Amino acid sequence: MLNASLKELASALDARQISSVELTTLFLDRIETLNPVLNAFITVDRDGALSAASAADARRAAGKAGPLTGIPLAHKDVFCTEGLLTSCGSKMLSNFTSPYDAHVVSLLKAAGTVMLGKTNMDEFAMGSSNENSFYGPARNPWNTGHVPGGSSGGSAVAVAARMSPIATGTDTGGSVRQPAAFCGVTGIKPTYGTVSRFGMIAYASSLDQGGAIGRSAEDCALLLSAMTGFDARDSTSLERPADDLATGLDTPLKGLRIGLPREFFGPGMADEVRTAVEAALAEYRRLGATTVDISLPNAKLAIPAYYVIAPAEASSNLSRFDGVRYGHRAAEYTDLADMYSKSRAQGFGAEVKRRILAGTYVLSHGYYDAYYLQAQKLRRLIAEDFSRAFEHCDVIAGPTAPTTAYAIGEKSDDPVQMYLGDIYTVAVNLAGLPAISLPAGAAAGALPVGLQLIGNYFNEARLLGAAHQLQTATDWHLRQPGGAE
Amino acid sequence: MSRSDWEVVIGLEVHAQLNTASKIFSGASTAFGAEPNAQASAVDIALPGVLPVLNKGAVERAIRFGLAIGAHVAPKSVFARKNYFYPDLPKGYQISQFELPVVQGGAITIRVGEGDKAYEKRVQLTRAHLEEDAGKSLHEDFHGMSGIDLNRAGTPLLEIVSEPDMSSSAEAVAYARNLHALVRWIDICDGNMQEGSFRCDANVSVRRPGGPLGTRREIKNLNSFRFLQQAIDYEIQWQIETLEDGGRIQQATVLFDPDSGETRMMRSKEDAHDYRYFPDPDLLPLVIDEAWIKRVRDEMPELPEAMKTRFVTEFGLSTYDATTLTASKEMATFYQATVNAAGATLAKPCANWVMGDLAARLNKAEIELDASPVSASQLAGLVARIGDNTISNNIARKVFEALWNGECATADEVIEKQGLKQVTDSGAIEAIIDEVLAANQKSVEEFRSGKEKAFNALVGQVMKASRGKANPTQVNDLLKRKLAG
Repeated sequence: MLNASLKELASALDARQISSVELTTLFLDRIETLNPVLNAFITVDRDGALSAASAADARRAAGKAGPLTGIPLAHKDVFCTEGLLTSCGSKMLSNFTSPYDAHVVSLLKAAGTVMLGKTNMDEFAMGSSNENSFYGPARNPWNTGHVPGGSSGGSAVAVAARMSPIATGTDTGGSVRQPAAFCGVTGIKPTYGTVSRFGMIAYASSLDQGGAIGRSAEDCALLLSAMTGFDARDSTSLERPADDLATGLDTPLKGLRIGLPREFFGPGMADEVRTAVEAALAEYRRLGATTVDISLPNAKLAIPAYYVIAPAEASSNLSRFDGVRYGHRAAEYTDLADMYSKSRAQGFGAEVKRRILAGTYVLSHGYYDAYYLQAQKLRRLIAEDFSRAFEHCDVIAGPTAPTTAYAIGEKSDDPVQMYLGDIYTVAVNLAGLPAISLPAGAAAGALPVGLQLIGNYFNEARLLGAAHQLQTATDWHLRQPGGAE
Repeated sequence: MSRSDWEVVIGLEVHAQLNTASKIFSGASTAFGAEPNAQASAVDIALPGVLPVLNKGAVERAIRFGLAIGAHVAPKSVFARKNYFYPDLPKGYQISQFELPVVQGGAITIRVGEGDKAYEKRVQLTRAHLEEDAGKSLHEDFHGMSGIDLNRAGTPLLEIVSEPDMSSSAEAVAYARNLHALVRWIDICDGNMQEGSFRCDANVSVRRPGGPLGTRREIKNLNSFRFLQQAIDYEIQWQIETLEDGGRIQQATVLFDPDSGETRMMRSKEDAHDYRYFPDPDLLPLVIDEAWIKRVRDEMPELPEAMKTRFVTEFGLSTYDATTLTASKEMATFYQATVNAAGATLAKPCANWVMGDLAARLNKAEIELDASPVSASQLAGLVARIGDNTISNNIARKVFEALWNGECATADEVIEKQGLKQVTDSGAIEAIIDEVLAANQKSVEEFRSGKEKAFNALVGQVMKASRGKANPTQVNDLLKRKLAG
């Protein structure tokens, strides 16, 4: 059951081979065993999960079950969950119980899913290694001395280590795709505006997007379908008909044109990554797809543009954490300014402070034009690169990250090195495009490698289909980590 | 020193609270006077994860204002974040408009002074933009702490910025009064200054005639026209004295203390915040299409300027009367209703009654026009009886007083009950004249010997004998004839 796909789980539930309560207990027990090592969960809600599972069983008995009814899942701790700690991986919110559910959480509740708990993450989703969590880093189940990636590290670990069949994540610069790649699971970030941001604690509003993590594209399709939809409470939510992501999965690859940006295959990519990505591309060609060389000339500007825009928005988004109404407040202070400064100094970790400072700087009088406006121009150029590229191909492929998961502590003293790990993912967020990371052909015993497929706007079905076709023909996504056991 | 050696330059920023039922970015009520924080929703208190959604009613009111002042209503405007920390600003930023405001340009005509010295002036507006209000800090005793009331947080404001076109406190007050009447006229703001629905900031500087602009100081938060006048007058005096004593004016924000009648510095330019404005990524640019503007235009009431012109051309009123009658919507509406009931031929006497006896009586009783005990239709009935010679102007005052006291429902009823109908029967009047002449032989002789004054005394006697009911014109004519005969 721990290895079953969502479809298989649904059939088993339908056939009464197992109840949701039993299934949920199975995962809760596994979490209890593994979490002390992997630290994937910040909060485990055993009571809540069991009561939701029993409600799901009743719903199924009443003949009202949907495809996700009774399926356990985990939410990244960036999503507000009513009555439950919603920490965002930060000391600042380590005392915050949300009085409301995020839109995504409501939708998945309504679908009958069973929330096991809240997963670990880099503080306020700022980071690529999960080392920036107030709750300590989640660990990569393939090698517990290595990072799981971030910021949705806990979600990727939970899925990879079979602590949860599926999990939600958010992706601002690669935070779903990169941990999926590092942990050998599948993760999709949809087009900006398709998943409501209401109740998703903001890092960089114009880039943040909820996403789905599962062991296969098929599972991701089911989860993402249930997460998307217009929400009037998010002004950037798009009002458009829902895509049926499941039916596109069986579209054959014949005729699919895969664009290979030369900028994604240059120096800087680790050999084992190159080998695995090439193996996946070879498989695609074997299955009938063609590859075409393309160029994204401004892709190299994505990192600097991202590290201006994201911190700028973050510096403002995080101003509400002032210790006045909720969250951490310093125990002692002399006056108002001192209360602000102490509460924030104590409540935020180093990386969050670094980004608030950088963001404050680039928005300052006299620097705004040189940094923020300039970065917005780059952002347009980057988006134009993609739209030109999509005249020649249907999807764009490349590595998700330049390396496999690195050792804990290896890059934590060098933020710039850490930022460069986002080199293949951030351009996608700047353009607002959908992209998926799926396990590529890594060598046996090696750490997983992610293949990234980028689609044009609203082409999630095509991405999931292309990923599913590869996963139908290969078993890379079925490899299991053994690091924690 | 002499004020005439100096030229005063004043610009006004007015914050008009828009009279929408709910807040500008949340569904919470805007009603005044609720228990602290009873009207603060999750969005208003800036919980983690919440997002703003623009209230279209606020936009509609901004469009109405733009059309009323002949401004450019921007097809695309942008909400920006103004970042600063303060406990009553829950997000740590205020959503406002900065580079691209919704209303651009426009002008209003003000009338300054009384009588012969009255003159008109056109004041240009720079812009008007939408923004949210902050909450309130309560500095009463909360065990040594301050309280925060966020009921007002998120209340929609239209900040209306004038060009520095005013050169005296009288002009500034005339402008503020005109604006106050206008926002109430077009029903976008209740204009309640005690509750802070209409607040003025005045930018004041002085210079030598023809010289370069002086350094300005901004007087914040003036919530009555009297304070506006006093504060500006004090500030002008203070600036002139400072300069004439060889001092320099520092750019600063000052507060007016109504008790001392003085302004005092709140912060200097050096302490000014760097607000780090940038476009709010949670809100899409505000797009207003032609159709929306047309719809608003079609629903606009007739504006004071247009009504004034119509009163002159259609009713033959003097410009002065037309200006007075259109100084407030209540007055104009009352007058128009009176004319509608009395008929356009009586427009002039209607104007005299509304501006004259009615206004004076209301003033004396300290009653607002919309609470007038004499309704427009009652007044029209009264004017109609003067018009058809049923009663004289003098008798009309008696009738008016009876209506005011609620003795009768209509003028006709008063006339009937009190027997006030004017005597127009020549025979009856002649009979009275004969009696009066017989009893006043001395006056008759005086008149015949050339004393014109004696005639008036005889008219008075006749009127008295008729208890005021004789038609004065007829009395004059018949008396002249008799005396001549």
